[in-house]
Amino acid sequence: MATRDVAAPQPLRLRASRRRWGEDVIKGVLALCALVSVATTVGIVVALFEPAIEFFREVSIVDFLTGKEWTPLFEPASFGVLPLVAGTLLVVFCACAVCIPFGLGSAIYLSEYARPRTRKILKPALEVLAGIPTVVYGYFALTFVSPLLRDLGFNVGVFSALAAGLVMGVMLLPTVASVSEDAMAAVPRDLRDGAYALGSTRHQVATRIVVPAAISGIIASFVLGVSRAVGETMIVLIAAGGQPNWTWNPFEAVQTMTAFIAATGQGDVPTGSIEYKTIFAVGATLFVMTLIMNLISIRLVRKYREVYE
Amino acid sequence: MSVIPGNLSPASRRSLWIGRVFQGFLWLSLAIGFVMLGALLVQVFKEGYKWVDAVLFFEPPSTDPLIAGAEPAILATIYLGILLLLFTVPLGVGTAIYLEEYANRERWYNRLLEVNIQNLAAVPSIVYGILGLAFLVRGIGLGRVLLAGAMILTLLVLPTVIIAAREAIRAVPGTIRDGAYALGATKWQVVWRQVLPAATPGIATGSILALSRGLGETAPLLLVGALTYVAFNPTVLGEFTALPVQIYQWIARPQEEFRTLAASAIIVLLGILLTLNAFAIWLRNRYERRW
Repeated sequence: MATRDVAAPQPLRLRASRRRWGEDVIKGVLALCALVSVATTVGIVVALFEPAIEFFREVSIVDFLTGKEWTPLFEPASFGVLPLVAGTLLVVFCACAVCIPFGLGSAIYLSEYARPRTRKILKPALEVLAGIPTVVYGYFALTFVSPLLRDLGFNVGVFSALAAGLVMGVMLLPTVASVSEDAMAAVPRDLRDGAYALGSTRHQVATRIVVPAAISGIIASFVLGVSRAVGETMIVLIAAGGQPNWTWNPFEAVQTMTAFIAATGQGDVPTGSIEYKTIFAVGATLFVMTLIMNLISIRLVRKYREVYE
Repeated sequence: MSVIPGNLSPASRRSLWIGRVFQGFLWLSLAIGFVMLGALLVQVFKEGYKWVDAVLFFEPPSTDPLIAGAEPAILATIYLGILLLLFTVPLGVGTAIYLEEYANRERWYNRLLEVNIQNLAAVPSIVYGILGLAFLVRGIGLGRVLLAGAMILTLLVLPTVIIAAREAIRAVPGTIRDGAYALGATKWQVVWRQVLPAATPGIATGSILALSRGLGETAPLLLVGALTYVAFNPTVLGEFTALPVQIYQWIARPQEEFRTLAASAIIVLLGILLTLNAFAIWLRNRYERRW
């Protein structure tokens, strides 16, 4: 009997029958859009570090990092960045004293205590605080908080690290609250239910189950808050003062790194002069500090995402 | 909250009290934010309401506070807003489409791109100002012009737009894409005709919020040189003073009248920004679809 040869079945071809050049061009254009962000980072690094390196040819980096006097515009000029760093840390400390406890408190309330309906109103309302421009906070610090502190008997002048820091803390409160709350929302219901089944109170569930389970996200929110506080400019420019001051007293006026950059950069300093280069040296210091904190915070957020999502 | 019953063990009593104190602290935390917000608004309105008038809207700044207005600054802020949208929306949405629809997550450069964008979102705004000063104003010699300001604000808010657009695109379910592919659509047809229309409300909301953030920025504009005294209405390639910078200039003056003027300008600025934010939230609630 004759048999017919049956051809072996051809594997299915999933490739397009002809190349679509238009599709490739579109992909290329989209990748170019994405490259703008890379170019921005490269631009920032080049813009900051090239003049900063020139600066460090004229000023020793050890003097810069350990000097306690910052008088770049006087003769003899002195380039110790510590007073600016101390001023920054002092303001950041005041800001954290507000935004860390109360930001976390708000987050716990919104995530564990508030009814869904209340939460739906309170959360956007709190976020209005984050939408107010920093120059407005500066005005508020100078014309309301600073006189208020004086009325309360604190020995502060018109400008002080305390007034600027407290207002900055209020500004950062929604940032800390919303990042922490996201982390708490990612904690599975089962963990809470398990604790309730064992007879825990709401307070115990919040502090012993939810907060430890969300701790990496909560710490990320603190780090992000500190990073924002270090980089914030307008509040300190308006309300913290304009003189570098090597002090740890929050009642005194201080100048921060950002305020120095803004105050010097807005004038007509000649390109290439040593004053011009100080902007970049301080800017590079600021960039490195915030970059480290941002990378820590990104890593921590990814950690809790990996665990629960 | 009910009275603590008498038949409880001391330990339960204690934990109930701790619970109440804790809840009190949580209320206080939330209250602080809202009290400060209220105080801020009251302070600004009390100081500034009487000078929100025709002079503020239609006169140039002056050394005499009684005739000083903010017309050039308000116009510059409107121009900046238009340019900002023109620049950020295509760039931001393009990047988001690339990352969500085209990029292979396994490749190191795509992962680097993601971390890079997350980090850029948290770079201090003044650093963007330094970038503008070094490259745009002095480097390529663009000068202290409005276009330079708009470009710097674009780079500043771009990460925010990208992150918002990515979330909107990610929220479009895969079944929609599969359906379109099954009907023979090419990749770009899927993206352009199915994914983007479905993601538009989310993208629009994110872009408007980013716009509002950009228009409130002051620090980078100080470095790009918006601090010059500008008594004429702005052009794209001319010198300019944006509204937040005008407010800063007035706050920095010693005379009390200029503080009042600053408060009036703050009312205008807050009016613009809160309207934008409210519009964005309305858009989200009105058009966002749950899949």
